[in-house]
Amino acid sequence: MHEQSIVSYLLSAALEDAQKDNAERIISIKLVVGELTGVEKDAVDFYFGFMSKGTIAEGASIEYEFTKPQLRCRECDIIFPRKDLFFNCPQCSKKAVEMVGGRELYIESMEII
Amino acid sequence: MDTKTLTVKRDILSANRKAADDNRALLDKHNVRMINIMSSPGSGKTTLITRTINSLKDRCKIAVIEGDIASSIDADRISKLGVTALQINTGGGCHLDALMTAKAMEKLDLEQLDLVFIENVGNLVCTADFDLGAHKNAVILSVPEGDDKPYKYPVIFMDADIVLVNKIDVIEYFDFNMDTFPEVIRGLNPEASVVPVSGKSGEGMDSWFLWLEEILTR
Repeated sequence: MHEQSIVSYLLSAALEDAQKDNAERIISIKLVVGELTGVEKDAVDFYFGFMSKGTIAEGASIEYEFTKPQLRCRECDIIFPRKDLFFNCPQCSKKAVEMVGGRELYIESMEII
Repeated sequence: MDTKTLTVKRDILSANRKAADDNRALLDKHNVRMINIMSSPGSGKTTLITRTINSLKDRCKIAVIEGDIASSIDADRISKLGVTALQINTGGGCHLDALMTAKAMEKLDLEQLDLVFIENVGNLVCTADFDLGAHKNAVILSVPEGDDKPYKYPVIFMDADIVLVNKIDVIEYFDFNMDTFPEVIRGLNPEASVVPVSGKSGEGMDSWFLWLEEILTR
C-alpha cells in the first residue's frame, strides 16, 4: 500500500507542471502505470480524491494506462510475454531473462483550463 | 473556456530520485558507503545487522538508520551495541523514501563514519520503487519464506547487488532448493551475488563481510 506516497508525488508533479502553464484547473491526468510497480487504481483514486482538495487538481479525473512487463531471453534474445509464474524462455526453456518495461510510473499528459 | 492538453511525460518519482542522488553525493563527499537492506518482515534483518556490527565495529565506524511503521524496538537493539541507531517511523507508510533518509542523515556525523546500513521497512514490494541514495542494495530472503519469492516479487531481486539467503541453519526443515536458487537470481540479475548465511549461527557471514569490505575499499 504505497499509494499514499505515490499520490503525493503525483500531485506535486502535476501541480508544478500545471502552474508552470498558468493553468486555472486540472481537468484530467493521464497516468501510465507499469504492472510491476504494484500501484492500484482504486487506491490512487481514493487518496487523490482527498489529497487534491483545495488545489487546482480537485475533482480531476485520472485516466490509467497499465503496461505489462515483457521478458527478454539473455540467450536467444527473443522478447516474450510472461505466461505463468515462471520465466522460462519458450525457445530454450532457460530462465535467464531480463524484464523489459512494466516499471513505468509517469504522467503522460494533462488536460487543463 | 477552452481546455488544453499538456504533454508532460513526467516520471512522478523523479523528485525522489533527485533527493536520492543528493544523498549519495553527500555521502561520497564524506567517503561514507550506505547499504539499503530490504526484506520481508521476520527475515532476520536486525539479527543480521547486529552480528555484522559486532564483527566489524573495531574495523570500521558504522551507523544504522532504522525504518519502521511504528516503535523503536529495532533501533533499541542496535543502540545497545554502542553504535548510532536512528529511528524513522513512517507512521503507517510501507517504505522509506529519499527525503526521510536525508532527514535521518542530517543527524549523523558523516565525517566520523565509514558505513551506514538502512534497515528498510519489512516489505518486498513497495521498498523496491524508492531509491534512498544508498550505494548498494542488499536483499535478505530467509529460508522459511520459500525459494519462489523471486518469481512473485521480481523487482526487488532485479535491483539487488547481493541476495543473502538467511536462516540457512534450518534449511533441512524446509523445501528451499539452495542448488537452483542462485541460478534463478542470476537469470534475473546476472550481477547479483548470492550468499547463504545464518545471522544466528554466523555460518556464511564471512562472505558477506568480505563483500562489505570490497564496497568500503572501492
